[in-house]
Amino acid sequence: MLRPYLHLVRAGFRRHSTYLAASIAGLFTNTVFGLLRVAVLLAVVGQTGSAAGYDAADTGTFVWLGQGLLAVVMIWPDRELAQRVRSGDVAIDLGRPWNLQPALLAQDVGRAGHAMLIRFAPPVLFGALVLPFRWPQSPWTVLLFVVSTVLAVVVSFAARFLLDLTAFWLLDNRGVVTVYAAATGVVCGLTVPIAFFPEPLRIALYATPFPAMLQTPIDVFGERGATAALLAHQALWAALLLAAGQLLLVRATRKLVVQGG
Amino acid sequence: MADLGVHLRILGSRVRSQLAYPVSFGLDALGQAIAQANELAVILIVFAQVESLGGFNRDEVLLIYGFAGISFGLADLAVGQLDDLPRWIRTGELDVLLARPLGLLPQLMTSDLQLRRLGRAAVGAIVLAVVLAHGEVEPTPQNALLVLCTPLVGATITSAIWVATCSVSFWVVEGREVANAFTYGSQLTTAYPITVFGPWLRRLLCYAVPSAFVAYFPALALLDRPDPLGLPHALRYAAPLVAVVAVLVAALVWRAAIRHYQGAGS
Repeated sequence: MLRPYLHLVRAGFRRHSTYLAASIAGLFTNTVFGLLRVAVLLAVVGQTGSAAGYDAADTGTFVWLGQGLLAVVMIWPDRELAQRVRSGDVAIDLGRPWNLQPALLAQDVGRAGHAMLIRFAPPVLFGALVLPFRWPQSPWTVLLFVVSTVLAVVVSFAARFLLDLTAFWLLDNRGVVTVYAAATGVVCGLTVPIAFFPEPLRIALYATPFPAMLQTPIDVFGERGATAALLAHQALWAALLLAAGQLLLVRATRKLVVQGG
Repeated sequence: MADLGVHLRILGSRVRSQLAYPVSFGLDALGQAIAQANELAVILIVFAQVESLGGFNRDEVLLIYGFAGISFGLADLAVGQLDDLPRWIRTGELDVLLARPLGLLPQLMTSDLQLRRLGRAAVGAIVLAVVLAHGEVEPTPQNALLVLCTPLVGATITSAIWVATCSVSFWVVEGREVANAFTYGSQLTTAYPITVFGPWLRRLLCYAVPSAFVAYFPALALLDRPDPLGLPHALRYAAPLVAVVAVLVAALVWRAAIRHYQGAGS
C-alpha cells in the first residue's frame, strides 16, 4: 500500500538534487535578503534591546530560520499542477492507480527533504556563525522542530494543492496564485515576527493556517510559547486543509471532461 | 526613428491584449499591489513597536518608501521582462530576436509590457500622497520639482541596476536568482533609510549598487534635515547625475554581455 508513496518521496528528493546550480543561486539570494532583513529588524530591536520579546539573538534566529525554511515549506506556489489542469495533462495523473493528493504530498516531502539539506542548513549555519543566534536549550527541541517543520510542509502543501485545484474552475488561476504569493510573506511570519503585530491582528492570523507554515517551526526552535499548543494548531490545520483538498478533488474530478483520446 | 514607430505599435498591441481579460488583469494588478504593500505592512508593524527607525520617524520612512515604490513599479514595468532572459537564452528564442533588424534591449522591453505592474507604482504613489498631505515637506517650488523628478530618476537608476545585473544570465545560465538578490533586493534597500544597514551592506548595496540615490538622498533634501551619517550635502541632489552614470555602466555591461553571447546551440 505505502511502498509507491515511499518511492515518490525518493523521486521528489532526487528530482530536485539535479538542479544544484539553481539551488546555490537561490542560497545566495536568501543570504543577501537575510542580511538586509536582519539589519532592518536589528534597527528596531537595537533601540531598547528588545521588542515584543525579541532580543538581538532572537531576531537573528528568526531571520535565518525563515530564510532557510521558506524554500523547504515552499511558501510561494509553483503552479505546476495548475498548468497540468489547464493543459489537460491532469487526466493522466488522475488515471494512475494512486490518490493524487497523497502522491503529490509524498513528492513534496521528498523535495522538502532535499531543500532541508541544501537550502536550509547553509543560511542557518552562516547566520549562526556570523551574527547573534540562539541555539535551543533542550536537545528535545531539535526533535520537536523537525516534527513542526514536517507539519509546516504538510500545511503549506495542502494549501498550495487547494490553490492548484481552483484551476479546474478558473482555468487560468494566475491571479489567485499571485494574490496568495504576495500575501504569504507577511502573514506567514517571513518578513517580520508575528509577535510584532498588534494584538487583534495577531489573534486573527492564528485563526488562519499561515503562521503554521513558517512562524511556528521558528517559534518551536526558539522555545517560544507553548510548544504543544503550537503543534496542535499545525496538526489541526494540516488535517482540515488535507480533508478540504480531498473533497474538492472529488468535485473537480467530476467536472473533468476527457475529450477524445 | 522608424524603429520607434514599430515599438510603439508593438506596445499598443500588448496593452490591448491585456485589457481583453479585465478580471484576470484586475486580479493580477491587485496581486502586484499587495506584493508592494508587503514592505509597507512591515514598516507599519515595526512602527507599532518603536518610535523611530534608523533615526527617522514613521512619515519620513514612508516618504522614502513611497519614492522607492513608484521607482520600482515603473522600472519593473519598463525592464521587468528581463527576468525571463534565462528562458529566452535556454530556448534559443533570443537568437530569433537577434536576427531581427531592431535593437535587442528595446525588443525585450516591449516584448511584454505588463501594465499590472502599475499596481506597484500605485501603492507607492498613494503612500507618497498621504505623507505629503501630512505636511512633512515644505510646499516650495523647488520641493515640488523634486517630488516630480525623484520617481522618474529613481526608476531610471533602478532600471539600470536591473539591466546590469540581469546581464549575468549571459555568463551564468542559472543567474536569475543571483540577479534577483540585486533587483528585488534593491526594492528592500531603497525603501528604508540607509542608516539601518551596517557599513558593509551600505557600501555594497547603497553606494556601489546606487540604491541610496533612488529615494534616501532625495528624501533628505525634501525633509531638509542633515545627513545622520555626515555625508556631503551635495549628494542629496546628485541622483540625476548618478542616473546618467548608472545608465552608461548598464549599457556597457549589456553590450559586453551581448558580445559574449554565442547562442544556445539550437
